[in-house]
Amino acid sequence: MIYDASVMAVIIFIIFVGAVLALSFYFAGKTKSASNYYAAGGQIHWGVNGIAFAGDYLSAASFLGICGMIAYSGYDGFLYSIGYLAGWVVALFIVAEPLKRLGKFTFTDALDSRFNSKSIKLTASISTLIVSVFYLIPQMVGAGDLVVPLLGLPHWAGVLIVGSIVILIVATAGMTSTTYVQFIKGSLLIIFSTILTIYILNNGLKLPSADNGHQFIELDAVFTNGKVTGTTDPAYIFKNSYDIDKNLTFVKFEKDNITQWFKLNKESGKLSEVLFVSTSEDGTKLYNGESKEAKKFYQVGHLSKIIVDGKEVDSTGAVGPFEFLSDIEQSELVRFAKKEIKEEKTTVWYQNPTQGKKMVTPGLMYKVSSKAGATFWDKMNFVSLMLALFLGTSALPHILIRYYTVPSQRAARKSTIVAISAIGFFYILTLYMGLGASINGVLDVESSNMSGPLLAKYFGIGLFSIISAIAFATVLGTVAGLIVASSGAIAHDFMDKYLDMKMNDKAKVKAGKYAALGVGVFAIILGILFKGMNVSFLVGLAFAVAASANLPAILFLLFWEKTTAKGISWSIITGISSSVFIILLSPTMYEKYGIDKTFAPIPLDNPGIISIPLAAIVLVVVSLMTQKDNSNKVENYHLGK
Amino acid sequence: MHGPAAKLDEDFAAKKKSNLGLVLFFIYLLIYSGFVFIGLYNPELFGEHVLGMQNLAIVYGFGLIILAIVMGFIYNLMCTSIEIKMNKK
Repeated sequence: MIYDASVMAVIIFIIFVGAVLALSFYFAGKTKSASNYYAAGGQIHWGVNGIAFAGDYLSAASFLGICGMIAYSGYDGFLYSIGYLAGWVVALFIVAEPLKRLGKFTFTDALDSRFNSKSIKLTASISTLIVSVFYLIPQMVGAGDLVVPLLGLPHWAGVLIVGSIVILIVATAGMTSTTYVQFIKGSLLIIFSTILTIYILNNGLKLPSADNGHQFIELDAVFTNGKVTGTTDPAYIFKNSYDIDKNLTFVKFEKDNITQWFKLNKESGKLSEVLFVSTSEDGTKLYNGESKEAKKFYQVGHLSKIIVDGKEVDSTGAVGPFEFLSDIEQSELVRFAKKEIKEEKTTVWYQNPTQGKKMVTPGLMYKVSSKAGATFWDKMNFVSLMLALFLGTSALPHILIRYYTVPSQRAARKSTIVAISAIGFFYILTLYMGLGASINGVLDVESSNMSGPLLAKYFGIGLFSIISAIAFATVLGTVAGLIVASSGAIAHDFMDKYLDMKMNDKAKVKAGKYAALGVGVFAIILGILFKGMNVSFLVGLAFAVAASANLPAILFLLFWEKTTAKGISWSIITGISSSVFIILLSPTMYEKYGIDKTFAPIPLDNPGIISIPLAAIVLVVVSLMTQKDNSNKVENYHLGK
Repeated sequence: MHGPAAKLDEDFAAKKKSNLGLVLFFIYLLIYSGFVFIGLYNPELFGEHVLGMQNLAIVYGFGLIILAIVMGFIYNLMCTSIEIKMNKK
């Protein structure tokens, strides 16, 4: 898709980024100690911290990823909203207060509080780094996606801008500025998502019209010996046809020397226009047969039939929140499915009429129904995802460090409740924003991540500019939080504690800033390399790695007296290695490597259901084998005593 | 040795709050598992209308989100009351 930059969008973007940087420089003057740099001095108000939690959590995956997934796969995208929010229940009821009591600056401090163990310091800092990097990749990819329509810049430029600004933020002020940036951004994201949802409901459901999006053409096929050999319109010259499977045939025509592809409907004998991208012999990419600049590659996603109370209508007018969902359930919409025609180096996206009922129940992405052909492993994928999302939140290092920015356990608890309320409200809105994008002709088939911002553009360039700038700030804030967590893992956990470099306060802050620079540059490189990958898919993996590596260690430390330092270390090692190993051998990754996904040795996309229990079992077994080590543990930090 | 970023008073209510948290966690886990089990064993049930024109998937999904918020407030109220009683001295 090609987009024109709007002056208003550029101005609003510059104002936002300028405000974020001004805030950082203001707080830079106040950041003198390590406590200030890593934990904002432990003096942030619980209300501010709660919204900052929401800001941290509602990352590119939530606003860009979930909305996009719902727009393309309906309720299955909303499963992420449910799971992400449910994860906060674990954080609030089990982890928040004890972790606040145990830690100092980082998650490693908390794990190590009873043991003072070198192996915990090393494994927990490595775990923090790996989980943060897994989480950083989708944020950077999302940033790159955003600047394409916002500023008309290429993807790599977006990654570079985010990386540079964040390094500047983190290297100047650390956790204090990150907290206030997240507070402002979290508030604005929720306010403007509410406004966008009001627009969606006010707009209601409408059939596409001549002045509203591209009208896909349909031709009558001419057959010879059961094969398509032309159309009734002589302007279209038949070139070739490909049977992908018994139900799917694509036909290539030429009109006015421009290639066009159609999908054959075998029952009606009609040919439906598709979107396609083909690569010519000299490597040039053509969009619907022409250069990208010709703008013939259309935004899609529309209603094909609207049913209200059993009657077919052209539009509904403004609707209420529940009416919106029930009207979609009764109607029919057109989604777009993707197929590769390798012989022609062409990717086509064809119309896939879908009953509204399927958009508001699970099953379009995660096959769960045996009647729809779901296998045992399809069902395990669903359970694994729900498990990883439920257990992942409380194991994310950049979320955990936010418990150290407030003054007391009570404040930690209250800020978690503020976070749950804000995040829960936002996640309900994601269903409306995602479904709204799926029916208003705004989808870019090349990037599901842009569904939310492009929906805002449908309602006006002003709303689009503000929402996109907020989304960009979302990425900035989350990346800043992740880099603070990573720099803490390197400078505080690894250099100061593990290597015992005996750094003073000033040296610790300096080391943290250099570490932030290193991680930031690394994140920029990864963000450019991983262009085109699905943001929510990557975040789901980050949750699984976090839940496998960190959660068994946290829970057993809190609730099982016999836990030993070696048990924790081996659990972290097992959790990280098994989850990353399964991810690398998963069907989705095989597809990314360009290998047939049926060859993947482990038919699971999300590793949680294997790696989380495995890490827990290893912790128990190793702890039982190393009980004599527990004679040195620091009893006075034990919980519940 | 390690210690919290901000200085904390001793919390005599910690054990009781921890137990309360565990109870609420298991209640939520049970309801969350119910959603996953329906998805596994009878996903067609999600399409049934249970509240006006709203299907079970919508009602259960929204319900899980709203329940987490409501339980969070209940937990905070109960914890505050426990803290007032046990940390008086």
